[in-house]
Amino acid sequence: MMNFAAQSGFIIAAYAVTAFVVAMLIAWVVLDHTSLRRVLGDLEEQGVTRRARRGE
Amino acid sequence: MALIDLANPTRFLRLVQRVLPWLIAATVVLFVIGLYQSVNAPDDYQQGATVKIMYLHVPSAWLGMMGWALMSAAALGTLVWRHPLADVAGKAAAPIGAAFTFICLVTGSLWGRPTWGTYWVWDARLTSMLVLLLLYLGVMALYWTAEDPGRGSRAAAVLTLVGALNLPIIKFSVDWWNTLHQTESIFRMGGPTIAPSILWPLVVMTLAFTCLFVTLHLMAMRNEILRRRVRTMQLMQAQALAEASA
Repeated sequence: MMNFAAQSGFIIAAYAVTAFVVAMLIAWVVLDHTSLRRVLGDLEEQGVTRRARRGE
Repeated sequence: MALIDLANPTRFLRLVQRVLPWLIAATVVLFVIGLYQSVNAPDDYQQGATVKIMYLHVPSAWLGMMGWALMSAAALGTLVWRHPLADVAGKAAAPIGAAFTFICLVTGSLWGRPTWGTYWVWDARLTSMLVLLLLYLGVMALYWTAEDPGRGSRAAAVLTLVGALNLPIIKFSVDWWNTLHQTESIFRMGGPTIAPSILWPLVVMTLAFTCLFVTLHLMAMRNEILRRRVRTMQLMQAQALAEASA
């Protein structure tokens, strides 16, 4: 059986890469949502409305 | 609420708003339990502590393939039934599936070095998984670079269905060819060959990653619906400005 010291670098690297990629995915969906909400808000402030909302 | 009602993006957004807090809570709880169990799981008698990489590698491999299966169902919805949300679902799943396929390849490589003595070998399982990542990148390029979103979506749907042929190749590659990658040890006739003390953390981590995938997918679908609304409103604004200046 291999010793832990020789393996720890690979284990830590695997968890670090996974945490980084998952964090990037979460940041992407959250920041994208914030940015889209802001643009939608700006358009509505300028009086642009979708056809679907005109009937509401 | 009937399933067909979800075809309405506004109703779908309301449903997402209701289920997201529960999904986020379930994801966090499952990760806390799964990571605790993974840390405390025993080492493998042959692979030692590197077996802990399995708790990331196997769920991400499953999600890479599940993502493509989901996109294939969405591609059918786009091409055959023209379901309003099918294209949204396919486009939203692509980057998430690509990310998990990337995690699978990197963690597999980091697991391979201490156990096989190499980071990479061109065997059937590893190569077919790399092909899956390239297919994901191809579909994303079609979605994001097409000038006409409708044509881009249809082209991406066709590529997705063609790429679905790779899924059985990935699954059975270890049976059809002599590979360095081990054969199936979980979903097999006669039950899993993994000891319960190692299997249970893997099951919980797989559930946690699946919950994370569903949560991110619903959030990305919500974003895609908003993006299409922004595009429609910007086109209307441009049209109104053009008419006013004419």
